[in-house]
Amino acid sequence: MEVAKKGDWVQIHQIVLKPEERAEHLPEDTKRVPLELWVKGFAQNEAKIGEEIQIETVTGRKMVGELFAINPKYIHDFGDYVPELTKIDMQLKNELFGGEK
Amino acid sequence: MAKDISYEAVMSRKNEIMKNAIGIDYELFESGGIAFDYERMMREAGYSLDEIQEIQGSTGVGNTPILEMRNLTALARKYAPKGKGARIFIKDEAANPSGSFKARRAANAVYHAKRMGYKGVIAATSGNYGAAVASQAAMAGLKCIVVQECYDSKMVGQPEILEKQRVCEAYGAEVVQLSVGPELFYTFLLLLEETGYFNASLYTPFGIAGVETLGYELVMQFRERLGKDPDKVLITHAGGGNVTGTARGIIKSGAENVEVVGASVDLSGLHMASDYDFNRKSFTTGHTGFGIPFATWPDRADVPRNAARPLRYLDRYIFVKQGEVFYITEALSVLEGIERGPAGNTSLTAAFALSQEMDENQTIIVQETEYTGAGKHPMPQISFAKQNGIEILFGDSEDEVPGKNIIFPDSPGRIKVRDFDLDKARASYVRNAIKNYDKKEINKGDFDFIVKDAKSNDDFVSGILNELEVTVK
Repeated sequence: MEVAKKGDWVQIHQIVLKPEERAEHLPEDTKRVPLELWVKGFAQNEAKIGEEIQIETVTGRKMVGELFAINPKYIHDFGDYVPELTKIDMQLKNELFGGEK
Repeated sequence: MAKDISYEAVMSRKNEIMKNAIGIDYELFESGGIAFDYERMMREAGYSLDEIQEIQGSTGVGNTPILEMRNLTALARKYAPKGKGARIFIKDEAANPSGSFKARRAANAVYHAKRMGYKGVIAATSGNYGAAVASQAAMAGLKCIVVQECYDSKMVGQPEILEKQRVCEAYGAEVVQLSVGPELFYTFLLLLEETGYFNASLYTPFGIAGVETLGYELVMQFRERLGKDPDKVLITHAGGGNVTGTARGIIKSGAENVEVVGASVDLSGLHMASDYDFNRKSFTTGHTGFGIPFATWPDRADVPRNAARPLRYLDRYIFVKQGEVFYITEALSVLEGIERGPAGNTSLTAAFALSQEMDENQTIIVQETEYTGAGKHPMPQISFAKQNGIEILFGDSEDEVPGKNIIFPDSPGRIKVRDFDLDKARASYVRNAIKNYDKKEINKGDFDFIVKDAKSNDDFVSGILNELEVTVK
């Protein structure tokens, strides 16, 4: 089990509003689930993933939540290759410069 | 005594929290009814064009180049009737620090926050504005918190928004991420109250005045380069600030005959507060889910009176399809050698179609581009759409159903102008004004304000009021 030590860069998770506390006039699918929050900061105490931890964010705010990740990485990238885009590129070049092989 | 932080208690303190966080007494501009003194608010709470140019200049914002899209124009002419196909230009706003025109809005807001002695700024945004505020706050040495709606209930994040998280953190900001829902506003209010920071709202007079330089600069550069004003300016429309600020700048340049055209991606049928729909759209801004509500009722924003009032300035409003915007984003790369967007290319897509109904000697300028990269690029966005069960097809863009499929045009000729009837928006605006103020009778001041705010005329507004059985005293 991963353990965060004091001073580690971590991400915490909180439930802001339970389903029954949510605003009126929400679509049903949104009303069924809680409003959740994630934020990053420096661990103020030792904790395992899923345990309560206090953090200090980069603006100096103290927050308590459940430890979600240690050194959380950015997971977005360029995704899977999309061959349809290559088809568009070839079509466009052919439209404008076609015939000049 | 500790303050009550329950949802109801915080929402009931909304006005007090906002007053402290913006430092504008909106009461000064109120009439007591529907009307308020918009121009006085812009004059007294905002900054003059000269002041803004100086503020923006000191942080490297503005003076972005205008580029001619020669190959896109040639392609448009291939599909246009003989003698048609206006020259297409873009203003490369991606050249701003933080990579979009939003730097203009943020430069002003952060400058004002610092001048008023605030220690930090907070912005509620999942888009380029967050990056812009974070970048400007870094330059000013202010603390910065960006609150973004990012994940669905399975913690699956929109790739474009995940990139905004990364870039805001790269500029040193704290990013508070939330799951889907309009109660983001509650968390936002709590943070404003806790920190005492400035609300760098997108909709203050400072923010909107910041965009005026874009419209003004564009006309000046155009005159210098071509010796005339552009015939049409194309503006991607979402919350209304881009349209409002740019159009006000154009007016200040004295260019009287420029047509102001808004463009949005058609996301009709998708609910913006739906957990399920959230990850089934491939555009997180520049779409009708913001464009229509903000045009038909601007005062739904996080400030008492919105400085962005797009209906006042729009001459025309065009819808484009998701597949068409991705297609034109590819065209910008492979035909013009410039990788930008995609969301910022919404108005470029409309320009490509609109050019074909204009004369060859006319000109059309798209007033923005935005940076691109991991997450925020056709490849990850289409790849993400496929993972969410969206069908990717080639065919007639007309058949596209948001949330079900994305249809790439099988020929550039498929990209068409789809006008949204602005009178429909005007009628909705009048109905919203009456409904939100719960009026059965309005005075002449309110009537004149509605006519002006909806860019309409007395007869049209009277007609709607009659329908609603509202009398004018």
